[in-house]
Amino acid sequence: MVYIIGILTLVFLVLTVMVVARLRNVVKGVNAGTEETRPENIPSGNRWNANLFILFTILSLIAVVGTHIAAREDLLPVASSVHGRRLDDLFWFSMGVLAIPFVAVNVVLFYFAYKYQYKPGRVATYYPENHKLEIIWTAIPAVVMALLVFTGWRAWSDITSDAPADAEVIEIVGKQFNWIARYGGVEDNRLGNYNFKLIDAQNEVGIDLSDESSLDDFTNNTELHIPAGKPVLLKIRARDVLHSVFIPHMRVKMDAVPGMPTKFWFVADKTTNEIRAELGKPDFDYELACTEICGRGHFAMRMRVIVEDEASYRRWVSEQKTFLQTYPEYLAKVPDNLKSKAMKYLPEPTAPATAPADSATAENAGSAGAGASASVR
Amino acid sequence: MSSLETGIDITKVHDDDHAHHEELSFWRKYVFSEDHKVIAKQYLITGIFWSIIGLAMSVIFRLQLGFPGIDISWLRPILGQWIDESGKLDPNFYLALVTMHGTIMVFFVLTAGLSGTFSNFLIPLQIGARDMASGFLNMLSYWFFFLAGVIMFISLFIQTGPASGGWVVYPPLSALPQAMPGSGLGMSLWLVSMALFIVSQLLGGINYITTVINLRTRGMSFNRLPLTIWAFFITAILGLISFPVLFSAALLLIFDRQFGTSFYLSEIYINGEALPNVGGSPILYQHLFWFLGHPEVYIVLLPALGITSEIIATNSRKPIFGYRAMIASIIGIAFLAFIVWAHHMFVSGMNPFLGSVFMFLTLIIAVPSAVKAFNYTTTLWRGNIRFTPAMLFSIGLVSLFVTGGLTGIILGNSALDIQLHDTYFVVAHFHIVMGAASAFGLFAGVYHWFPKMFGRMMNTTLGQIHFWATFVGVYLVFFPLHYTGIAGFPRRYYTFTSYEFTKSFTDLNAFVTIAAIFTFLAQWIFVWNFFYSMFKGKLASKNPWQSNTLEWTTPVVPGHGNWPGEIPAVYRWPYDYSKPGAKEDFIPQTVPHSQTPESNLPHENEEIAIEKDIEAQNFNDQFKNAH
Repeated sequence: MVYIIGILTLVFLVLTVMVVARLRNVVKGVNAGTEETRPENIPSGNRWNANLFILFTILSLIAVVGTHIAAREDLLPVASSVHGRRLDDLFWFSMGVLAIPFVAVNVVLFYFAYKYQYKPGRVATYYPENHKLEIIWTAIPAVVMALLVFTGWRAWSDITSDAPADAEVIEIVGKQFNWIARYGGVEDNRLGNYNFKLIDAQNEVGIDLSDESSLDDFTNNTELHIPAGKPVLLKIRARDVLHSVFIPHMRVKMDAVPGMPTKFWFVADKTTNEIRAELGKPDFDYELACTEICGRGHFAMRMRVIVEDEASYRRWVSEQKTFLQTYPEYLAKVPDNLKSKAMKYLPEPTAPATAPADSATAENAGSAGAGASASVR
Repeated sequence: MSSLETGIDITKVHDDDHAHHEELSFWRKYVFSEDHKVIAKQYLITGIFWSIIGLAMSVIFRLQLGFPGIDISWLRPILGQWIDESGKLDPNFYLALVTMHGTIMVFFVLTAGLSGTFSNFLIPLQIGARDMASGFLNMLSYWFFFLAGVIMFISLFIQTGPASGGWVVYPPLSALPQAMPGSGLGMSLWLVSMALFIVSQLLGGINYITTVINLRTRGMSFNRLPLTIWAFFITAILGLISFPVLFSAALLLIFDRQFGTSFYLSEIYINGEALPNVGGSPILYQHLFWFLGHPEVYIVLLPALGITSEIIATNSRKPIFGYRAMIASIIGIAFLAFIVWAHHMFVSGMNPFLGSVFMFLTLIIAVPSAVKAFNYTTTLWRGNIRFTPAMLFSIGLVSLFVTGGLTGIILGNSALDIQLHDTYFVVAHFHIVMGAASAFGLFAGVYHWFPKMFGRMMNTTLGQIHFWATFVGVYLVFFPLHYTGIAGFPRRYYTFTSYEFTKSFTDLNAFVTIAAIFTFLAQWIFVWNFFYSMFKGKLASKNPWQSNTLEWTTPVVPGHGNWPGEIPAVYRWPYDYSKPGAKEDFIPQTVPHSQTPESNLPHENEEIAIEKDIEAQNFNDQFKNAH
């Protein structure tokens, strides 16, 4: 990074010197009254400006190459998903192709500006058109574009295709200003229904407990655990305003839209431990960020992402406390026919004794939720 | 302002030609003026005012980004409560600054300031008309814009702050006052201001289109129009088709905010309550917004490209290369501009199949754009270049157009957009290709037509210094942002200290901020040069750049009606520079082929026969008809 600053400062300095030198020159010319005899219509300093284009070309080429080398380490984060590496290849391939016209057109443009600067006695060439040339340089970009589009389209179709049937389904919900992950559960591994009207201070994602699959669901709003080497399907939604799921190392990004669930599937293939070893950073963590402006805390919706091998992922899942275990009072919301099933997800000292109490606790919880929300407001 | 006109005897014009025109009062002449030239200057000066505000805002938030948590309590006299006790910028106000910077620069500076100034100033002068088709609508257009500006300006100072949801103001964030302070009154004022602005654009656009179609002078056929006029004409059509869609988007948002409808809202739980709205779609807003938003990019850029075409040809002393290809590419870009909008929405959750379609359409735009870049470069080839400040800015524009345009090919690729969407890569891309390139067009235009506007020349040396400082500055600010973008730094972040993956590049961000301050300061050279030259600049001649187009046949400062006496007739295209055999290296459009037998091309000799017909026409002079 120091190099970047160094090189760019150099560009600054040299240009400043040029400008100052040029100013002095102009002043000298005016004072002496001997500025080159130039026709009235030729702007002062014509040759200087032509020269500056060459200087600019050289310095900027050095700066582009130099800063690129200096910044290379910090560019694309190491890809840790299968499609991520494919996208990286595609990205650098496209950048490589585009670097050619970037350098060529700019250099030619500046060189022509220098070469064909005003010279006394020179007459410009009357050259209004050349159909052959125009057809050639319409066709070349068209062909290159076709190539880029085709490779991009293939990658896009594969990435956005339907997730494999065996994908691990995890729900991720965005709200102001954090993420909440919901898992299919310690036993059935199926996400239950949800309804935004059921959201309150405890039931942050609106789990619908009248659905049998919801009974063993659990949530986590600090960590997203995913298994390595297995397709993971993120079911994405938002509670309040637009958010966007962004896991930079996985090349995953998809907006979270209130009222319209979205999805993104991918295969993470480097566990957190593996990437830590690879990078030599023992405290490295994958991260999940928000990339759609969502309000004051937009810049700080960080969630840790933990990738582990499938066995330890399964172990982690089985150790989690289900939603009902955390908030047993919600048993009241479970319909009678599922109550017996729900019982086994309650905390250990379950007893018939809780049954009469829960309507009251649920009410308390409800009013607590309202109170909390009032204070938020 | 009245002193601007000193030294120019406009009363003579009145005596000669239409003595029945009474001298107008100060208010009618300079404030509620119906004269296209005065309206153009009003647009220009308003645009300069807004650009200073918009750029100053960017410097403030760049300070926060370059030096997180920097103590800016010295700004408290202006920002007041938005700076907390420790001197830090409030995160909500950071978002407000970002939003206002975008809104002001895109709409007030680069749409109104650029298109409003030069379409108004140049259309009548370059096609040979006395004024716009409707001077009154033209006046209304400016005053609607002015009113929009006043409301937006007021919104900066209200308790809850101006709109803060990003310049795209996506709902539900912008629809729910409880989501952020800026979505309260500030957002309402934003919507009202934009509605008025759209009215202004439509009034202006209708006028530009009508004028170009109906009021061209004798002989000014479409294939003799300067490329500036082609660009303004197509731009006006783009605006006329797309702005009403933004209007409906804004209207529906107003309904959602004020009247409880659910166009954009569905299944929302916020601040401890579930809202009753169901069935709406935030994606609908995005479609409507970008249906304007993408053409808007070209509304901003095409006039700049038109101006560049004119200036590059004049100062290379060469015809623009591929005049017809240039027109075709303008039309091609304009057409494609309407069918690519959803490339802003690849990861919005819309159907991926749509993403594929829009990727194909988007990348086609690269073809006409490439043609334009090549044609500019070829125009320089074997020219005899004069580096006026206008010419420098035009060459700079081509460079920026190429550099910024190429990264668009990456972003238009839906697969690559997954990683880069809403990162600084996007910021770098559009600031270079749309922001800076269009601003360069604006500068080029001001330097080039300043003599016609004010009868005086701007200082060339200061102009050249301004160019180099700005050109280098723009690249130093925006080129490094590609790096942070590739590294995944998201846009609209108050600070990058919350994440591991944004821990790098802190010194680069500081560098960008310093470069931004440098570039901002360099603009004061221009401001000084502009206002100083207006009063004290060297007196201009009638045609200081030895240019071919019609505006240079008017008096040094054209009066009411632009030409004393008859409007000249046009006999040739505007790019006869350095024609072999010609005595001088330019032949104005008003010179008939019969007077230049030495330089006529074979097919041009045939046109001598129709010169009589051209002269006989006389149906477009507004002064000749009863009014």
